[in-house]
Formats: sequence, structure tokens, C-alpha cells
Amino acid sequence: MNAAVNDEPLKILPYGALSPNKKNPNSSTSCEAAAPAAIQPKISTRNLSFYYGNHQALIDNNLDIAPGNVTAIIGPSGCGKSTHIRVYNRIFELYRDQRATGEVILDGENILSPSVDVIELRRKVGMIFQKPTPFPMSIFENVAYGLRLHYKLTKSELAERVEIALKRAALWEEVKDKLHRPGTALSGGQQQRLCIARAIAIEPEVLLMDEPTSAIDPVATAKIEELIESIKSIYTIVIVTHNMQQAARVSDFTAFFYEGKVVEFGPTSQIFTNPSNKQTEDYITGRFG
Amino acid sequence: MIVRSAIPRKLVDFGVKVISSLAALLGITILAWILYEVIKRGAAALNWSFFIHLPTPPGLTGGGVANAILGTLIITLLATLAGVPTGLLAGIYLAEFGQHSRLGSLVRFTSNVMMGIPSIIVGLFIYTLLVLPKHHFSGYAGSAALAVIMLPIVARTTEDMLRLVPNALRESALALGAPRWKTTLQVVFRAAKTGLITGVLLAIARVSGETAPLLFTALNSPYWPTSLNRPTANLTVTIFNYAMSPYTDWQEIAWGASLLIMSAVLVLTVVARVALKEVKK
Repeated sequence: MNAAVNDEPLKILPYGALSPNKKNPNSSTSCEAAAPAAIQPKISTRNLSFYYGNHQALIDNNLDIAPGNVTAIIGPSGCGKSTHIRVYNRIFELYRDQRATGEVILDGENILSPSVDVIELRRKVGMIFQKPTPFPMSIFENVAYGLRLHYKLTKSELAERVEIALKRAALWEEVKDKLHRPGTALSGGQQQRLCIARAIAIEPEVLLMDEPTSAIDPVATAKIEELIESIKSIYTIVIVTHNMQQAARVSDFTAFFYEGKVVEFGPTSQIFTNPSNKQTEDYITGRFG
Repeated sequence: MIVRSAIPRKLVDFGVKVISSLAALLGITILAWILYEVIKRGAAALNWSFFIHLPTPPGLTGGGVANAILGTLIITLLATLAGVPTGLLAGIYLAEFGQHSRLGSLVRFTSNVMMGIPSIIVGLFIYTLLVLPKHHFSGYAGSAALAVIMLPIVARTTEDMLRLVPNALRESALALGAPRWKTTLQVVFRAAKTGLITGVLLAIARVSGETAPLLFTALNSPYWPTSLNRPTANLTVTIFNYAMSPYTDWQEIAWGASLLIMSAVLVLTVVARVALKEVKK
């Protein structure tokens, strides 16, 4: 275990502190006025382009993800939101006709470089998918699965970690008496929280959420939004959502994507009340999308 | 314009309905007839000594086919041990690693062809490979022939069952930092478990009724199967020999053996179908 469970919230950073034009956040020769280490972006995307075979889905994306904040990515269907975050953990590599060019810098390291170990990357960058995907095993085993992959733990340590994760995912009270039951027997909303517990059990630093509530009912959605609120100080969260109210409710920063480009990016309050781009405004006010 | 009369159309419709129903009925009738004959004649042969005694020479009563039952079980078990793991691994390759590769399509094509090859040719193949060089028939050769028949069946059903597992599950395991092989064996395999078992059961059911490949390989024997390095007694070749013999008590035993195999295959198939229904649900 290289990191203890950290319940202390990280400092919430003002957007202005991030320097979107810096090439390398660790470079001390940067011309930016000596930015303190704490305000470096967690993830910096530079000129990221993405291809499905010959079709270009992302065009020169530049985006800074603030640590310890929730960044929402919004935009109409097919604009590249999901594609964008699927680069952050290199999950797209499962498909041989997909490729990404450019740089995605996580903690000073370009994760697209072939020398990066994807397994270590995915321990640091967890992901929640659109549809809940409980593994065909018990509730306990679902959460323990990732822990066993990455850490050597005794039985009691494992049980403790599973409990902490389930508590953080606000699921413990509902499942503590049936941990041996199959994960697939839970309701849709519970399954999604189980997946969140499974993802946060291995103590990632970044949590990617790809439309995490689009397949579940409004009550369960509210629970997951509450959950995001309660864990956002521990993790850097990037959430893709179709639901603009959701973006407005849960996020600190919002990026608007359109046709594979980052059209506008800024503090959520600004994007929703005073967007500087016409397309953003049209989308937010429901004129298209 | 004159509207066409509906009467000829309705007559043709009726005719087609009647003919196809009769054809379906004929198929079912023949199947029922076979079942009826085998059960009626076979049940008469099934008694205690059938299951526990060695065959007796013609003229002596009270013989059984215990050696053939045991031999068939051993040969099939060995074939399963060889054919199933290989088939599962080939299926994993087809579904998980070689979907779009050239080798993948070559293996898939070959498997499909192999499934259609008459089993007697597989028997001849193993005969030239394992029997001719050693100058004697053997149970091992019989198992090898059955394993060759099982391999493509298991490989293709494994591929189909793994393909039914949604990619979202693979992605979730990979996103958690699981390497590809663990994703396949610990998550995808578990999700496809029932389907995989079904495929294996169907493959066993298929080979347990095979006679031709054993005729050239395991042959048959009136003794206990003490060594698989010798001709080995088995039920299907026993049925073949006994049914062709002029002795009525041997013919009766052949009916009994037929009933035994038929019931075993029926049970395996029904179990597999029920399990498959669970998967598709």
C-alpha cells in the first residue's frame, strides 16, 4: 500500500491559478510567474487528436483538469466527450483501429508515451462507465478484485479496505449484511455505486465518469451526485454528461465540446451564466444538441 | 381492371400448409419410432449382468458389456481432457485476441471445415498417424480421434459464448488495471461460464455416439480395458459387432447398449439446452 486512505480534503483551487498554456507543468524554466506546485493541473491535454480508423474524432484538444475538483464535459452526442476521457486511461487501446496523437500529461508524465505502464496508469486513473458493470462475482469480491490486483493485503486488511470503499460509495449500509450475494443482484443504482466503490477501493487519484447516471433512475442519480459531492475533495473527477443540470450541479469547471473540439472551458458558473462563445450559449440554452 | 379471385391463392396457401405439416410430422414420427424401438428392445436387454459382466462367447448366456461401458467412459474422458482445454484456448484466441487477424480467420475457417468432416475420415487420419506405425490398435488412438472431433466444436462454441459477453465488462476489468489474461480468465470466463459448460457438454454428447473413428483406432476387445495401449472395448463398436452377428442374445445386447448410449446423449443434450436457455435469458 503506497498511499494511506486520505480523508482530508485537498485544497480547492481557483481556476485562474491554472496555467492552460504551459507545456510542462514540472518545468521550472516556465515563463509563468513561478506557479506553486499545488496549483498545477492534474491532467494537461496538449494537441490531442483521436482517430477511429480514418475518421478523426478529436481535433487538437487542449484542456487542463484541476486537481481535487470536478470537471464536467458537455456537448451534443458524437462530439467526442467520451472519446476524450477514454484517452486518459488508454482504455481505447482495447480496439486496434483506434489511436491518439498529442500529449496527455498526468503529473508531469505523458501517459501516451509507450514507456508508460498502463496497469499502473489505470491504478491511478479509475473509470466509471455508462452502464453499471458489476463483475459476475459477489459484492465483496467485486470490490476486492481491484485491491487484489494491485496490493498485497491480509484478509483483515482486505475486508477493511472493502468496507472503507463501500462506505465512501454510500453503499455500505445497504449491502453490509449481504456481501456474499452476487453483485448483479443489486438494483441499477446500487450496481453503479458498487462500481464506484470498486474503482475507488484501489485509491486512484483521478476518477473518470462516462455518463455515470444515464442508465439509472432520478432517485439513484441524486444519490450518485451526492456521492460525487462527498468524494470530490479526495479525487480529481472528470465527468462526461448529457445532462446539463447535472453538470451545473456537480462540477466546478465545465468544458463544452463540439465536433471534436474544445469550444469553451471555464468555471462552471461562468459557462452556464455568461458563456463567451455563441455555440456554447446555443447549446446551453437548448437551441441545439 | 379485374380483381384476381382469392380462391386459387387460398388453395395454394392451404396446400403448402398441409404438405409442410406432413413433412414435419413425418420427421417427428420417425424419431419417435426410433426411440420407441430402442427403448422397447433395449429395455429387455438391460439387467444386472449387462452392467457388471464381461461378454460371453456365443452360445453362453448371461454375458454383459461392463468392459465396453468402462472403456467408453475412459476413452471419452481422455478425449475430453485433451480436446476441451485445447478447444477452450483456441476459442479464447478467436474471441479475445485474433478477432480480426488473418490467423484468426484462418483458424475459424478451418474449425468450421473440421466440424463438417465426416468422422470416419478423422478415424482414418488417426489410423495412419497412430495405429499403422505401431502395428496395433489402441485406446489412446481412439481418444485422439475423438479429441480431434471435439476440438473445433469446443473452439467455436467458446468463441460464440465469449462474444456474447459485452465489451463493457472487459473494459471495466481493464480500467481497473487488470492485465488482459486476468480479464479473460477471471471476469469474461466467469460471465460466460454456463455457455462454456454447455459447449463442452454438447461436444461430449457428440463424440460419445461416434463409431467410425473408433473402428480404426480403439477397435474393440472382449476383455477389461487394462491398458489403453491395446485395443480397447467400447460401446459403439460393440453395438456395431453385436448387431451384425447372427446370435440373438448378442443382438439383444446391442439393443441394450444402444439404449444406454441414447439415454446418456439425451441427458447430456437436455442439460446443455437447459443451461443454454439460462445464458440467452
